[in-house]
Amino acid sequence: MKRGCLAAVRQPHLIKGLIKMNKNRIYPGYFAFGALIIYFVFFFLPGLIGVGYSFTDWSAYSDELHYVGFRNFLTVFSADENYMKIITNTLEFTLITTILKNVIGLILALLLTNSIRLLNMHRGIVFMPSVLSTLIIGMIFKSILDPKSGLLNSFFRSIGLDMLAQKWLVSSELAFGSVMAVDIWRGVGYIMTILIAGIMSISSDYYEAAAIDGAGGWKKFWYITFPLILPTLATTTVLNVIYGLKVFDMVYALTNGGPGKATTEVLYTAVFKKFGTGQYAVGTALSSVMFVIMIVIGMYMIRVMTKNEVVE
Amino acid sequence: MKDKRTILAIIRNLIAWIFSAICLIPLLLILFNSLKDKKTAAKMDLHFPSWPIQWSNFTTVIEKGKLASSFCNSLIYSAGAVVLCVLFAALAAYVLSRNQSKLNKFLYMFLVLGITLPINYVALTKVLQFLHLNNTAAGIILLYTAMQLPFMTFLIHGFVAKVPTELDEAAVIDGCGPVQLFFLIVFPMLKPAIATSSILTFLNTWNEFVSPLYFLNRSEQWPMTLSVYNFFGMYFKDWNLVCADILLTSLPVLIVYLIGQKYIVSGMTAGAVKG
Repeated sequence: MKRGCLAAVRQPHLIKGLIKMNKNRIYPGYFAFGALIIYFVFFFLPGLIGVGYSFTDWSAYSDELHYVGFRNFLTVFSADENYMKIITNTLEFTLITTILKNVIGLILALLLTNSIRLLNMHRGIVFMPSVLSTLIIGMIFKSILDPKSGLLNSFFRSIGLDMLAQKWLVSSELAFGSVMAVDIWRGVGYIMTILIAGIMSISSDYYEAAAIDGAGGWKKFWYITFPLILPTLATTTVLNVIYGLKVFDMVYALTNGGPGKATTEVLYTAVFKKFGTGQYAVGTALSSVMFVIMIVIGMYMIRVMTKNEVVE
Repeated sequence: MKDKRTILAIIRNLIAWIFSAICLIPLLLILFNSLKDKKTAAKMDLHFPSWPIQWSNFTTVIEKGKLASSFCNSLIYSAGAVVLCVLFAALAAYVLSRNQSKLNKFLYMFLVLGITLPINYVALTKVLQFLHLNNTAAGIILLYTAMQLPFMTFLIHGFVAKVPTELDEAAVIDGCGPVQLFFLIVFPMLKPAIATSSILTFLNTWNEFVSPLYFLNRSEQWPMTLSVYNFFGMYFKDWNLVCADILLTSLPVLIVYLIGQKYIVSGMTAGAVKG
């Protein structure tokens, strides 16, 4: 070991050149094979052949496959089916949860970067729902939001606000909002945690300089904190958008698309239902629409994420 | 001025407690009601469980909900995925970070793209059928691995860049082969990233329930999340039992969270914030 190190110290340029030449031997490509093969076969390949199957009449009822052109996509985008409703539901879910998680997450992050007693405990508690199973959270809130015996309505009644006691998950007007609210409850701690890390990375020099200039709390936020955490907010937005478009567990556990006709149906619950009824071709067509949209979003996402990595 | 500041501080503490309470109450609800009898638990309120505490709920649930076998299933799936995913992610991240040829840069992007991509579960059945992995533990483990690989590779990739290449150079001069170099020199340096990605993979796969829903037909193979959901469907009137089941299913996750909080937070914020 010692002799080797000394040789390297004496002739660094020589060693560097040697290593550069042999990079393919020192860092052999086959190291990456395991990850690439598993990822390709079980993740990317289904996406690809799924696009192929979208042009067939693949179903559970027949072993034969026929090419049907764009028929499945026409079904998906036709006005008389429920699919447009499903797509707009998914987009609405994504838009609203993204905005509210960012706003509430930011408020929480600002609050929990102050001097507060038991600060880490508060952060830990708010983050906790993010590590629990979404399915289980859905089950818990099914009880809490129960119109008759649920905790929320009991609470409203006990403080005399009976008119606030609603049929949260059962009425078609409130169901989707309730689902979104539960999802915000679940996901806001994660967004808060990321934003706290973003706020903590801002140099305290800025705040000191601003304090000397006589800036108050609001001005400090508006002119220092906010502009400097915009990149972090961009990331949380992308994370929320990806999550929102792919949401499944939460809706499945809370309403499974109901009440009534597709009130809270989103893309992935629809895909699962098509799978359940054996209409594989329509299911895979819906999935493929998502696949293409997500590739585009993914490209942007990777640019945002790897840029940070390089800056680091 | 000083008074105003104290009042502000009190308000801040108060708001923090309100938010914490909102996050904690649903979990307390589960805890309390899992210790009650059937009649009092049916109300699903926040009253403290009265004497005698119904510890028998847990034994009943373990027996009726077949929790022992589903716990073992979850453990096998998660542990298998953690080992495969972390090993392959570390190997790939290491090579793709150290040797940034054009091809490797493309392969890295391709792999990391999986963070955003949705899985086409419907078409995946075809792949699993073709490989005879439908309804098998191996299929689920490989599927979990594939799902977690993109993010874990990304996570470890950022970390590999911080391990100085001088170490590699010294080791190569001393005659280390590529395999020795990785496992004896680089891998030990990656310990924090390995810990973080192991914990995150464990949590994510423990909570995962979509793949078993699609690909495991037999209830003996179900992981805890799926069997708790099924139990909920059968015993929805016995909230004491449902709560006990939920508690036992969440317990491993909560324990891992309390122990590994530092790693989880650092992993989940990786890449989101520079520095």
